[in-house]
Amino acid sequence: MHELSIAQNLVELAAEEARRRGLTRVRAVHVRLGVLAGVVKDALLFCFDIVTAGTPLEGARLAIEEVPVEIFCPRCRQPRRLPEPLPMACPECGTRTAEIVHGRELELFALEGEEGEGLGAPDR
Amino acid sequence: MAPRIVELRQNVLKKNDILARELRERFRQAGVYTVNLVSSPGAGKTTLLRETLIRLRDRYRVAALVGDLATDNDGRRLQESGAPVRQITTGTVCHLEAEMVGRALEGWDLAELDFLFIENVGNLVCPASYDLGESLRVVLFSVAEGEDKPLKYPTIVLGADLVIVTKVDLAEAVGFDRHAFYEALQQVRPDLPVLEVSARTGAGMAEWLSRLEEHAPAGRTPAAVPGAPGGEEGGRP
Repeated sequence: MHELSIAQNLVELAAEEARRRGLTRVRAVHVRLGVLAGVVKDALLFCFDIVTAGTPLEGARLAIEEVPVEIFCPRCRQPRRLPEPLPMACPECGTRTAEIVHGRELELFALEGEEGEGLGAPDR
Repeated sequence: MAPRIVELRQNVLKKNDILARELRERFRQAGVYTVNLVSSPGAGKTTLLRETLIRLRDRYRVAALVGDLATDNDGRRLQESGAPVRQITTGTVCHLEAEMVGRALEGWDLAELDFLFIENVGNLVCPASYDLGESLRVVLFSVAEGEDKPLKYPTIVLGADLVIVTKVDLAEAVGFDRHAFYEALQQVRPDLPVLEVSARTGAGMAEWLSRLEEHAPAGRTPAAVPGAPGGEEGGRP
């Protein structure tokens, strides 16, 4: 269960970026999570609420977009989305490959908030 | 107040990745080849590592870091090899992070080393997310664990450079189905090299060692490498 430390990293990164970009009150944190990232979505959601408590991100919503696996088929010379994470093989021709294009993301994709004087001074 | 969405596209583990990159550069400059061993608890990391240290230490300068949630049992077992060993006790953390490795290396002169081994915390999930700056990530599966482990833990397999099947001396006793195992592995990573080893009988050890030795610093004469990092005298001629 490393989702707690991942949530901590996420919240630190989000707070830093919000400050840098002049966002007050972060409403939502958007994350792209590959199904092969090795991170459990529900555990991350749970940990996010714990970690944000008492921080400027308290009350923000964590929006997780799950990214399916996409491989590059060496035979078709095409990127192909896999219907299931495994096997790592082209769904069209069956060629096995280790070339993963998407599915391992663990990315802070976007922040949603309000512009203002800076984080930590929410309007009241 | 204007609502606004800013696009960031930042890796959540950016901080770890930056530290890992710095470590990798330090290892490169010092000429030390760093190996990160990952597996579930009980797959045989410590035994393999102890035997590896014993066999390499006559010819190379070797050291190990070992991560555990509690106890220094593994650290003590590794010290039997005579190589310098440092323990990283993680408390509740189920994996090693680059920052922990950096801290554990404080005071060690990496230039005095040829090989550094990192025994990760026994866990097939969490260590996959953390780059430690290593040159080689090895995932161990023991024959007793069942043939479908690669399918159950694809993320760790995707991040590995090499698979070692351990305890192969027990393969027959536990009914290890080689074909099923290799098929499972192929479904996840068709290109991944595999070695079969028994650290207890020594089977397969020569091949594992020769893989490592391919990365030994060039031009080093085996006889001229006494010494250990830190406290001990000796070192470079």
